[in-house]
Amino acid sequence: MRMIGAKALIECLKQEHVQVVFGYPGGSVLTLYDELYKSGLPHILTGHEQGAVHAADGYARATGRTGVCFATSGPGVCNMVTGIATAYMDSVPLVVISGQVATTLIGRDSFQEADISGITTPITKHNYLVKNVDDLPRVLKEAFYIASTGRPGPVLVDIAKDVFEKELDFEYPDSVHLRGYQGNVQGQEADVDAAVEALRTARRPLFLTGGGVVSSGTAGLVCDIVRKTGIPVVTTLLGKGSVPDTWPYHLGMAGMHGSYAANMSITDCDLLIAVGARFDDRVTGDVENFAPKARIVHFDIDKVEINKIVHADISVNGDLRWSMPLFADKVLALRDDWDSRFAPWRAEAAARKAAHPFTTPALGRAVTPQALFEALRDYTDGDTVLVTDVGQHQMWAAQFFPAEQPRHFLTSGGLGTMGYGLPAAMGAKLGRPGSQVVLITGDGSILMNCQEFSTLARYGIAVKVLVLHNNVLGMVNQWQVLFYQGHQAESVIPDFPEMSRVAPAMGVPGKQAHDLDDLKEGLDWLFAADGPALLDVRIPAEAKVYPMVPGGRRLDQMILGEEGGAQ
Amino acid sequence: MRQHLAILCDNKPGVLTHVAGLISRRAINIECINAGYTEEPDVTRINIVVTVDNKWELDQAINQLAKLIDVLKVVNLDEAPFVSYELAMIKVKCPSAQVRAELTNLAALFNAKIVDVHPQSLVFRITGREDHIDATLAMLQNYEVLEIARTGQISLSRGLVPVKDM
Repeated sequence: MRMIGAKALIECLKQEHVQVVFGYPGGSVLTLYDELYKSGLPHILTGHEQGAVHAADGYARATGRTGVCFATSGPGVCNMVTGIATAYMDSVPLVVISGQVATTLIGRDSFQEADISGITTPITKHNYLVKNVDDLPRVLKEAFYIASTGRPGPVLVDIAKDVFEKELDFEYPDSVHLRGYQGNVQGQEADVDAAVEALRTARRPLFLTGGGVVSSGTAGLVCDIVRKTGIPVVTTLLGKGSVPDTWPYHLGMAGMHGSYAANMSITDCDLLIAVGARFDDRVTGDVENFAPKARIVHFDIDKVEINKIVHADISVNGDLRWSMPLFADKVLALRDDWDSRFAPWRAEAAARKAAHPFTTPALGRAVTPQALFEALRDYTDGDTVLVTDVGQHQMWAAQFFPAEQPRHFLTSGGLGTMGYGLPAAMGAKLGRPGSQVVLITGDGSILMNCQEFSTLARYGIAVKVLVLHNNVLGMVNQWQVLFYQGHQAESVIPDFPEMSRVAPAMGVPGKQAHDLDDLKEGLDWLFAADGPALLDVRIPAEAKVYPMVPGGRRLDQMILGEEGGAQ
Repeated sequence: MRQHLAILCDNKPGVLTHVAGLISRRAINIECINAGYTEEPDVTRINIVVTVDNKWELDQAINQLAKLIDVLKVVNLDEAPFVSYELAMIKVKCPSAQVRAELTNLAALFNAKIVDVHPQSLVFRITGREDHIDATLAMLQNYEVLEIARTGQISLSRGLVPVKDM
């Protein structure tokens, strides 16, 4: 069928069953937006391109579908760079479509020209610059395929302005032909056998589940294995929700702000089965002394991750959708007396968990982070999607929020992007309209993309926003207090804008809660409100995130922080 | 240790950027890189020589390169016998007929061809193993070398099997 490039692009999106696009128009995408206008494809106009890309990211993480966003050339798509890097670090499938200046103007420092394929090469799984309209259908087919298969990631398609206007014979390809790329990575069954054999002789095994378990949809299989064998589990930040936090032998998050039980169990286990995790430095602490007594089994789709940081004694390179069913079958067929073999180890883990649970010390009538999350439990359920920004509140959310399911705890882990939360929560709510979506953010983070309150209001996207307000950039402040002789450089901000007034100016009602006395009233109001709403909760600036493994130390060298009140 | 890698990739715009970008951001030490057409019109071959401290570093480099979408195959030629050659052109000043005679003599000794003659200069063209070129350059140290251009090594495995079938 004859049509122009812009229309062909919209057709491609329809063929890919794209349900919503996040974006912001501009000069080089005028033709694209003209076709969008005619097509009726749902589009969410954000306040800033960074909002659009994080929203697409939140949508993708919440649903498992590929997030799509549009931006114009130059400043438009440059504003998406942080969001693309965020998605890349956390392996989130995105297709970012940007306009580029016309082919005749490329390379001439034209108005709103930026070499975005050059800029994003290190932070995309792959990218394209389309200068010929006939390439468009193939490129989009490939882009969606690459973004969503294998280890997912963002793909950028930069399209010259004149390509949108040129005609082509449109036909969407049925399949892709990429000689250098294999979407479904199947490994060697012998590797799985080796992993099973290692488990057969282990006495103190431990699962470490990462974001790969969530994104591959294999959480059910992993849960099956851990439930039937009773092997304790720890997760990474992105692995939260892969096994329900409420499972008795889930020891919590591991790493810098991980639980005592998780970190000590890593230190003491004799077999660490890492599934879809990449041993980030925030997880390992001192790598040389990570899991010093353990043989390490590493399941991962990405060959590059194996032996990158931690040497794997047994590695199973392949898609978890291939390896986990095999592993589950073989393990469960062993008919071992798991219960008695692991009982002492489990008892030890449970004792550690009971001895040092996550906590933030009470402080008069002040709302401590722990008190807030405990109060929040009355308003959330197993289907609540919790989204966070970055900083102390993020760690408290990871510590205290009981995630029941995969894709229900969304956070910027690898890149640690402040300002991620609000737009990501917006995307998550659009992807899962039936679920309650709660954003936990800090007074520092919320300011970074607060323009998206206007988007929440415009489309009536019912995100519930909780701002943990302590007038400090908490995590920075915590490090300064602990490791920089208390020099609180640029981290104490007494005059943070009052979000309960900023949000209403953009159409999202807001209230404040000052202490335990009005917290319940505030939460009642927040969750009863029709549509989006914000509750700004004062928390003590002294509250710190503990345990804490200081940078470069071993996991068992945690500062527990239980000793001196709020210190 | 130095390792000779052959990278087969799609002959598309941006491929060299993707490969070079990866080499730089993953801090892979390379001694030389060159690219050219192959027997298949849609395949480019990039030859690189990397310096790595150990096998782990080498595996990381190979796996990272192989992960690029437009890279079809990465082969470490050092795992089997291979041949490796380089082309260099060297412009040498020759202020007198006597120097020209000496240089011409040297060229013959090293199997170099003189491909440009100017009253004041000569251009050597020399093809060979890297140490052969280095030896030539060492001899030319006694003269005034005005300019050097080297391709870096290109390598092929010995025997019947091409890299694409390895």
